[in-house]
Formats: sequence, structure tokens, C-alpha cells
Amino acid sequence: MKLVTAIIKPFKLDEVREALSGLGVQGITVTEVKGFGRQKGHTELYRGAEYVVDFLPKVKVDAAVADELVERVIEVIEGAARTGKIGDGKIFVFPLEQVVRIRTGETGAQAL
Amino acid sequence: MKKYLLSLCVGLGLLLGGAAAMAQAIEAPTAVAPMAEPAAMAVAADPAAAPAPEAAAVEPVPEKGDVAWMLVATLLVVMMVIPGLALFYGGLVRSKNMLSVLMQVTVVFSLVMVLWAVYGYSLAFGGEGLIIANLDKAFLAGISMDSMAATFTEGVVIPELIFVAFQATFAGITCAIIVGAFAERIKFSAVLIFTAIWFTFSYIPVAHMVWGSGGYLIGLGKMDFAGGTVVHLSAAVAALVGAYVIGKRIGYGREAMAPHSLALTMVGAALLWVGWFGFNAGSALEANSNAALAFLNTLIATAAAVLAWCVGEALTKGKASMLGAASGAVAGLVAITPACGYVGPMGAIAIGLAGGFLCLWGVNGLKKMLGADDTLDVFGLHGVGGIAGGLLTAVFAAPLLGGTAAADFSIASQLFVQGKSMLVAALWSGVVAFIAFKVADLLVGLRVSEDEEREGLDISSHGESAYNR
Repeated sequence: MKLVTAIIKPFKLDEVREALSGLGVQGITVTEVKGFGRQKGHTELYRGAEYVVDFLPKVKVDAAVADELVERVIEVIEGAARTGKIGDGKIFVFPLEQVVRIRTGETGAQAL
Repeated sequence: MKKYLLSLCVGLGLLLGGAAAMAQAIEAPTAVAPMAEPAAMAVAADPAAAPAPEAAAVEPVPEKGDVAWMLVATLLVVMMVIPGLALFYGGLVRSKNMLSVLMQVTVVFSLVMVLWAVYGYSLAFGGEGLIIANLDKAFLAGISMDSMAATFTEGVVIPELIFVAFQATFAGITCAIIVGAFAERIKFSAVLIFTAIWFTFSYIPVAHMVWGSGGYLIGLGKMDFAGGTVVHLSAAVAALVGAYVIGKRIGYGREAMAPHSLALTMVGAALLWVGWFGFNAGSALEANSNAALAFLNTLIATAAAVLAWCVGEALTKGKASMLGAASGAVAGLVAITPACGYVGPMGAIAIGLAGGFLCLWGVNGLKKMLGADDTLDVFGLHGVGGIAGGLLTAVFAAPLLGGTAAADFSIASQLFVQGKSMLVAALWSGVVAFIAFKVADLLVGLRVSEDEEREGLDISSHGESAYNR
């Protein structure tokens, strides 16, 4: 099992969710996050004061998926979240040791 | 930058010239009735003191229309402070200091209301005097439902009780404006001590000198229709002194201190604009054509200042901002305040445009020159706007430029009077403010501790937070 974490542009969330549902991914966790990458920040002006905003708002999507699905999941997230402009985000893949469904106590792939 | 400033001056000059021409063109048909007397909000003789036979002769009875208008105007000024000014300021601070600003505005206003009834009204409007009146009406002694206050028109009176309330709100907003300069770092108790001292030794004498009977500045011929000097300039100078004495916020100029809610600031600015009709048109003290003139001027001068600020911002920074539009509105309101009952509508537009451009410079170039952490730009808006409005009153009050002054009105000599009296008021306010801050510092200390400042005044001073989730 793998945990796929994607940092994407906030307005791409719906497309990514639809693409993952289409693949049969049963659930995802979404978090509003801030960060910076090559896109850098922007400046904001308030009367005389100028502030550089380094951290831009992004959405983090976490999906725990079975090993055989990982490549397809990465593919559809890439497809759905890409605009081709700088700041589209990144996908991280982690090995996942254990999954437990709290309600039934199922573990491993059963619990995905 | 120099080039820009130069072109701005040229542009303004052209605008003023154009406005003057237009004002002349419309002067003949409109023929605004000239005001009886420049100001003198002299209160009618105390009925208790007046001999009985004279009272029996012709006792002026207030018109219900005037009374109704003054009740509404007073209410509008209350709305300017709470919630108008409170929200305008509150939205501009970081979310951890939101409640502290709302609290300071609310409690300062409340404190001044009580002090006004106890001794403020009496010292400011209770009788004759060069600097202050006297304590004859302390605790509002002798003021009953039958007491009347004079207006600008011979034989027209309003109940003195509403005059007390109307003037109370002016004192309240003046003291509340100051808190913007030292927001986010001052001790709550220090604000209240400062307010009590400055209100007593600066607001009262300045208000009396400009508006009270026998006052020094009104004697000079000072024109201040609704308080450009009494309210805005004197508050702004006290605020600037406060910003210097208290010092900069931790992290000022290094950390981002962006406003936490410009939407609330916009709501506050809108409430200020609406409330200001009570402030300016109410200063006519009657529901008459002079109030109507002040009303119209308050509407269009403010609109002109919004446009000016947006144009200035777009030219210098590339974008016109919402905060800029809201700030422009306040700048225009401040600038037209001293002039609103004296100038014609085209003069008002010129004053609004000048106020917008000058205050934009006030919060940028001038702020950098001054080097003080005037948190919410009290001096940049109320100081610069107050000075600009005070001086331009002398220009556009001229009948030649559409104003309501008498035919023999001299712009040059009036400019001198305006300048001199604003200097007196500014110095007076500044010196008293400095002493008041020092006294507050000795008694309780001015600043919260560094830890408390970092945590935010909402939690550290008031034990609550504005936004819980």
C-alpha cells in the first residue's frame, strides 16, 4: 500500500476528486495548506506598506491506495491538476505500513 | 518621484482653476444664502439667570423639524464611532488585536460621554471665556427641558439638551480617532488615562477657542464649520505624538502586518461616510438650506476624494485598491469637514480631489519622512486632510469661487487666520498630548510587555479572542 500526497492548486480540487473517484479510490483527505516552490509569492500593498507574501495557498490531497493502483492514481492526478503554468504543485508517494478501519477493525488492503 | 509630485501639483492647479471657473458659472443662479455669522455656537442665556419679565416677552420656541434633525444627526455621529470607526480601525489590525481596537474605541467614547456631562460641556460651552468657559453648568446644572441653545439664525433655538448630546459625540469621536496611532501595543489602562487628560486639557479648550462664545480663535475669525481643526487636526497631532512617545511595534518594517479584514474596514468606512452627514450637516444646528449645502458637499467631496485616491494609486503603484478607496473616502470627509457649510459644490469637489491626493501622499511619502509607526495612519489622513481642508476653506469660501462668504471676503487674510489658528490648535494639542502620555507612562506604563504584544492584545489585555473556531 502507498500513501499518495498531492499538493495542487485549490481550484483543481474538484477535477482531481472526480478523477480519483473514477479510478475507484474510496476516500481522500483534503487539507488547506500554504507553501512556496518555484512559483514564489506575490507582493501586497496596504497604503504605504508593502508586504511580500511568500506562502501561497494550496490544497493537499492524501489518498491511501493499493500498490497496483499507484501508477494510475499518479497519472490521473497529474492529468487533472495540470495547467502547464508554474505552481501546479507536486505529488509525493510514501510506503504505507498499516491501515485500520476503526469501525470494523479491518486491517491492511481490506481497510482501504 | 519628484517628477510625479510636480505633475501632481500642476494637475491639481488645473483642477482648482477649472473648478473655480465652473463655480463662477453656476454662482449666479444658485445664490446660496450667506450664513448670518461665521460660527459662534453661543448658548442662549441661562434661563435661571435671565430676568423673568424679559423671558415673558418673546420666548423662542424650537421648531420640531430642527429638533428632529438634530436628534437624528447626533445619532448618526454616534454611529460613526460605534461601529463605524471601530470597524474601520478593527479591520486594519491583525486578527489578534481586533477586540482591543474595538474595546479602545468603545470605552474611550463611553468615558468621554460621561466626562462631557460631568464637566466637559460646562467648560467648553457653559459661558464666555477666551480659552475655556466655566464650571457653572458642571453636572449639567441648570439645564432643563426648557433650556434652549442658540443656533446661527437669530431667534431660532434648539433644546440645549440635544446640543449637549450633539457636542458630546464630537468630543467622543475626537478622542476615539487618536487610538489608531498606537494600536496593537498600548496598555488599555494607559489609553483611558491619556484620554481623560487630553480630553480635559486639549479637546475642551480647543473646542471652546474655536466654537465657544468669546473664544480666542473664533475671535480671530477662524472658520471651522464642523471640526476640521477641533476634531481632526487636534486628534491627528495627539496621535502622532503618541506614535513617537510609545514607539514602534515589535517587528515593524520587518514582519508582515497586513490588515486582517479589509471587508470590515470597508463596512466601517461606509458607516463613517453615512454618519458624517450628521456630523457635517448637523453642524448647521438647524434643518435648513445651510445644512443642505453641507450635506451635498459631504457627498460629492468624498466621492471626488475616492476617485483621486484611486487615480493616484493606479498611477504610482499600478493598481487601485479597496483600502485605497476606503481611505480616500475618509480623506475626503476629513478635508470637507471645516469647509462644508461655507463652500459651493464645485469648491467641495476641488477640496475632495486635493484631500484625496494629499492624504495619499500623507500615508506614503510623508509617513516615511516622519518615521513614526502611526499604526492606522491617523496623521496621514486626519492631519493632512485637516490641514488641507482648513486652508482650502479660506480659498473656496470666497464668493468668487462659489462660496457663501460676504462680498468683501479676502482669501489671503483668511488663509492667514486659518493657518495661525491651526498652528495654535496643533501646538496646544501636541504639548498636552505629550504631557498626558508621560503621565500615563508614570502611572501605569504605556506599553504592554513584549510577550503580551506578540500574543496579541485580545488575549493578553482582554482575555478573549475575536475569532474562535
